[in-house]
Amino acid sequence: MKLFLAFITKEFKHILRDTRTLIILFGMPIVQIILFGFALTNEVKDSRIGILDYSKDQASQHIIQELDASRYFDVEANFSSPQQIDQAFKEGRIRLAVVFPAHFRHSLFQQNTASIQLIADASDPNTATTVVNYASSILKSYQDEVLGEQTLPYTIQPEIRMLYNPQLKGAYNFVPGVMAMILLLISAMMTSIAIVREKELGTMEVLLVSPVPPILVIVTKAIPYVLLSFINVSTILILSVNLLDVPIQGSLLLLLGESMLFIFAALALGLFISTITNSQQVAMLASLMVLLLPTLIFSGFMFPIENMPKPMQFISNLIPSKWYFFIVRDVMIKGLGFKSVLKESLILVAMTIGFVLIALKNYKTRLE
Amino acid sequence: MENKEIVIQAQGLTKRFGDFIATNAITFEVYKGEIFGFLGANGAGKTTAMKILIGISKPSGGEAKVAGFDVYSETEDIKKNIGYMSQKFSLYEDLTIRENIRFFGGIYGLDRKTIKEKTDVLLKTLGFEAEADKLVSSLPLGWRQKLSFSIAILHNPKIVFLDEPTGGVDPVTRRQFWDLIYEASNRGVTIFVTTHYMDEAEYCNRVSIMVDGKIEALDTPKNLKKQFQAESMDDVFHQLARKAKRSE
Repeated sequence: MKLFLAFITKEFKHILRDTRTLIILFGMPIVQIILFGFALTNEVKDSRIGILDYSKDQASQHIIQELDASRYFDVEANFSSPQQIDQAFKEGRIRLAVVFPAHFRHSLFQQNTASIQLIADASDPNTATTVVNYASSILKSYQDEVLGEQTLPYTIQPEIRMLYNPQLKGAYNFVPGVMAMILLLISAMMTSIAIVREKELGTMEVLLVSPVPPILVIVTKAIPYVLLSFINVSTILILSVNLLDVPIQGSLLLLLGESMLFIFAALALGLFISTITNSQQVAMLASLMVLLLPTLIFSGFMFPIENMPKPMQFISNLIPSKWYFFIVRDVMIKGLGFKSVLKESLILVAMTIGFVLIALKNYKTRLE
Repeated sequence: MENKEIVIQAQGLTKRFGDFIATNAITFEVYKGEIFGFLGANGAGKTTAMKILIGISKPSGGEAKVAGFDVYSETEDIKKNIGYMSQKFSLYEDLTIRENIRFFGGIYGLDRKTIKEKTDVLLKTLGFEAEADKLVSSLPLGWRQKLSFSIAILHNPKIVFLDEPTGGVDPVTRRQFWDLIYEASNRGVTIFVTTHYMDEAEYCNRVSIMVDGKIEALDTPKNLKKQFQAESMDDVFHQLARKAKRSE
């Protein structure tokens, strides 16, 4: 026990005296949350739009005001001819043009039908779709307003409910993603680097020649990182609840427990990496290539897995962070209980055991 | 050597890696309190042999006992009774001198009080009192080597293994380093040392020279020079090393 404490103390000194590591450890989660929360977002805000209004009546003016007032649009220009619209798109001044035909109000109220043309710059298709959707919803709300209570006999009124994330916030998706990423980086990369550093310095050899059991050396290297990872989970959760307004719907205890499980999986991976590499650079590269990249691509946090070709979908099953991402999303965002993430949890447990076994086997053969 | 108590005994010790025989049936004895020089060119098999003796590698054949314990089955006991200093400088640079001493003393099971006493003696002997709370990274290489050696013998091991301990150290510091070795030897600690410097080979009580995995010569420096009709150990070494077929 005294020995155990001596190792832990030593490990904490290594970490605390290395400013670079400290900055990574505590800076990374904060920076990532802020980056993903405010800079890297799929929400399109303040798009510049142009208006071509042949009607210039009360109705069209009202809609233009509504558009300009929303946080999604800024009215950049008022055109008087279609050529000007064309020009504005070419110059990249606007993302969307809204065209009102002549007698707009008249058609709407007398003939009960009126059309508006929305022209979007689809060189970026995702943004174009998003912008058009925003504009349509503003138009629809205007329509509802004018129609008031009178209902037309044969109209289908789709009632849309966006479950779990009614405001369609990007944060609901990336918070679980960032958690998976940070935990992997801290637990796997930092641990593997810490172990490999001892090999590089030659101190590992001295420790192996000493009567200390090798398993103690490894376990005590990992423990401080478990603690730090846990602090990071808490930081991310606090930031996302308070700064990004992403609530924790499910049980906090379950969420922390599952995070703990994932931390162990990541540690096992880090241990595995440390047994196959001999220099800190290689350990870092291996961690980035083997852990970070697949997490970004295959966890479903940036790109939907359902859209991938079958072989890629199969590969995604082998990525531990995918399962953790699902768990966090289910527990934190959807508020589901342990039963619904049982399968994912079991997969993570199995992966952890697998990595530990491979790592121990490697570790032993290296000693021979 | 009046009192020839054997502390290391190797009999036909062999280590194979696939087809490659790194250490080929070496046989030798090391006596208590002796400074035993273990020489050989790079790739001659010294490090492999040493790894077996310090209990981190299992031999493929032969017998060996270190401090009375078997290298196959009693490596844990061997580890408790030896000290080791690797060719890489092997203290923690981001810990202070005092913290390093405390940590390494701790892993050999010394209690706090003993460590404290030993730390004071050690700092005084080395003249490091003023630097005790400085980070090791701020010390010059020669100082670190001396500190490293002192820490390797902190727990009073029966044998201390030194793997090229003076690589890259200036001659003056090397001389001081050897003073520390003599001092330990006088206290009855057996020194098993590998080196590249032939002047250091002259300081040893007995020297073995390995060529291509085999021990080609083993005697006191004086007798070896006589046997090979050589002026110096350097000369002896070159006569033997020239025969080597494998390098690196």
